[in-house]
Amino acid sequence: MSEPPMVSFENVTKRYGSLTVLDGLNLTISRGEKVAIIGPSGSGKTTVLRMLMTLETIDGGVIRVEGEPLTHTERQGRLVPANLAHIRKVRAKIGMVFQSFNLFPHMTALHNCMEAPVKVLGLSRAEAEARAADLLEMVGLSNRRDYYPSQLSGGQQQRVAIARALAMRPRVMLFDEVTSALDPELVGEVLQVIRKLGEEHDLTMLMVTHQMGFAREFADRVCFFYEGRICEEGEPKAFFQNPQNERSRQFLRAVLEAG
Amino acid sequence: MWDWAFTLEILPALARAAVITVEVTILGFLIALTLGLALAVCRIALPWTRLPISLLVELIRSTPLLIQIFFLYFVGPSFGLTLDAMTTGVLAVGVHYATYCSEVYRAGFESVPRGQWEASVALNLGRATTLRDVIIPQAIPPVVPALGNYLVALFKETPLLSAIAVLELMQTAKIIGSQTFRYTEPITLVGLFFLAMSLVSAWAIRRVEAGINRRYRR
Amino acid sequence: MGLRALAVLLTLTLATILYLSRLEDFRIFVPGLAQGALMTLRITAAAAVLAVLAAITAGLLKLYGPAPLRWLAVAYIEVFRGTSALVQLFWLYFVLPGFGITIEAYTAAVIGIGLNIGAYGAEVVRGAVVSVARGQWEATVALNMTRAQALRRIILPQAFAAMIPPWGNLLIELLKTTALVSMITLGDLAFRAQQMNQTTMKTAQIFTLVLLVYLAMSLTVTLGMRLLERRAARGILHARAA
Repeated sequence: MSEPPMVSFENVTKRYGSLTVLDGLNLTISRGEKVAIIGPSGSGKTTVLRMLMTLETIDGGVIRVEGEPLTHTERQGRLVPANLAHIRKVRAKIGMVFQSFNLFPHMTALHNCMEAPVKVLGLSRAEAEARAADLLEMVGLSNRRDYYPSQLSGGQQQRVAIARALAMRPRVMLFDEVTSALDPELVGEVLQVIRKLGEEHDLTMLMVTHQMGFAREFADRVCFFYEGRICEEGEPKAFFQNPQNERSRQFLRAVLEAG
Repeated sequence: MWDWAFTLEILPALARAAVITVEVTILGFLIALTLGLALAVCRIALPWTRLPISLLVELIRSTPLLIQIFFLYFVGPSFGLTLDAMTTGVLAVGVHYATYCSEVYRAGFESVPRGQWEASVALNLGRATTLRDVIIPQAIPPVVPALGNYLVALFKETPLLSAIAVLELMQTAKIIGSQTFRYTEPITLVGLFFLAMSLVSAWAIRRVEAGINRRYRR
Repeated sequence: MGLRALAVLLTLTLATILYLSRLEDFRIFVPGLAQGALMTLRITAAAAVLAVLAAITAGLLKLYGPAPLRWLAVAYIEVFRGTSALVQLFWLYFVLPGFGITIEAYTAAVIGIGLNIGAYGAEVVRGAVVSVARGQWEATVALNMTRAQALRRIILPQAFAAMIPPWGNLLIELLKTTALVSMITLGDLAFRAQQMNQTTMKTAQIFTLVLLVYLAMSLTVTLGMRLLERRAARGILHARAA
């Protein structure tokens, strides 16, 4: 028996009232794979990440992480909604970085990275501090560890947020438009950290992004979302050079024109 | 513990007193609305009034209404200001809440964008005209719910007038209690009356607020 | 009003009180009023503690409590906000004995005023918790924290800073409300004033002095809360992240 995929969406549906945001999504992501999710706004791409992080409920289908249902448990061959303990156990494998950073404003950079490891993983303060310090060094912010978020630039805040998520040792990292709230000159430093992360770790990564250049160079696979469905997916090179679908062509043309 | 026959017996007296309570509320709030607006407009139109007005507002808001009622009632006559209890009460709650209302109006004025003043200058409108025709019509609607909350707050403070023997609800309940040695029914009924009125007003204010939000969506 | 203006006003008020209390016309009232002021402060302090505890409990129960406790919190908030403070005091002092529960005037005063202000405070607590950005909750989910951990470590510390200004106003309201206890025979500032007014008829002197004392107390509370606000803004909460 081959090992199960890292993440799989099986026929997942999401509705807001009468609006269907995701319509029977099927998506399988293997261990260590880097997947870029692109598409126009309102196409449901952020919802994919938020459902995987259990920030949104799902209305149909099932999401599995390493074969294990995320918000369900199997009982006598049937899937029933799981209790919080189960969800927290599976959710522990996933980390997320947000568009608006969501750092804790009343804690320093270091404490932002220590809080959950101490409280959730039960690490000692010394262990957590060592881990946090390593990660802050990895994102190039050793000299800012005692700064509060409001004393940091957007790019620095986002790098702290990445370190904070990594401190929980997730297997899957979700990046939700992590450079969209940044001034253009700060985008590079954040992408640089993500690039480094991809080279040095065997992390599975899912990113929603508007940075087409980065998606092309960094991702193993690109998924183009349109109106709640994957319209086209494939290797970045092929997708960007020769998109097959009319929607993808239109989208790429519009993005390129905007520069 | 609860005597229904007694309840029925005292109900007419309490109903008459409720009318007084409502009268005091309405008259007091009319003073609060107009005086409050006058204070707020003065602060904008006459800059030199800013300091005295903010001192007055601070003084009135920082001291208990009860003491202010006593002050007006007992000290007034020595300055030749002799008023009956009802008038004193209405005046005291009116002036007290005028200071709260003036702050509400002020917030309303501040919420009107500067560009509205600048556009009025560009159209060569006078200050008075600008205030009356441009600023006030925009400043008031958003603060109507806040004013409504102060109407309810004022209403709930009218029992203080019992301290100078105005025959409103509380005073009537106290008199019934001291005559019959039964406080349970009259005071509970007064409480229920206030609760019912407050809940109804809270609901009405929410309705008004929703209506205003729909009309003046920003 | 700015911090400096408040400090100047407080100094002026205190100086005036000091000056007046040395004058022949006022001197005789000082001991009595001082006793009354002490009672006012005692009730204010005790009721404030009760109010804060009641507010946090009821505010959090209304937001996150299990159904029966949540209804209880809502009922408490609505009843105490919906009826008059004076009616509540009278009810505790005159009506409760009819149900076989007799409490002292002082206890009735602290409970009545504490619960009254606590009901308004519960809405302040609720509002401040709700005002914490949704992203903060989302971050706690992404870090796999429990709801209790999130509330205690992340949400409440941030809500605390947002609560200070409205609590400043509520404490002033509380202080002012204590004047009502004179009507259930407690010897506070307002009570002493009326008492001495009846015996000496020096109405203007007495009530002027009393107004000034209340003003000084209010200004002290306001000033204290402003300083706390500034500390919270500087030390705990560095301006919110975007």
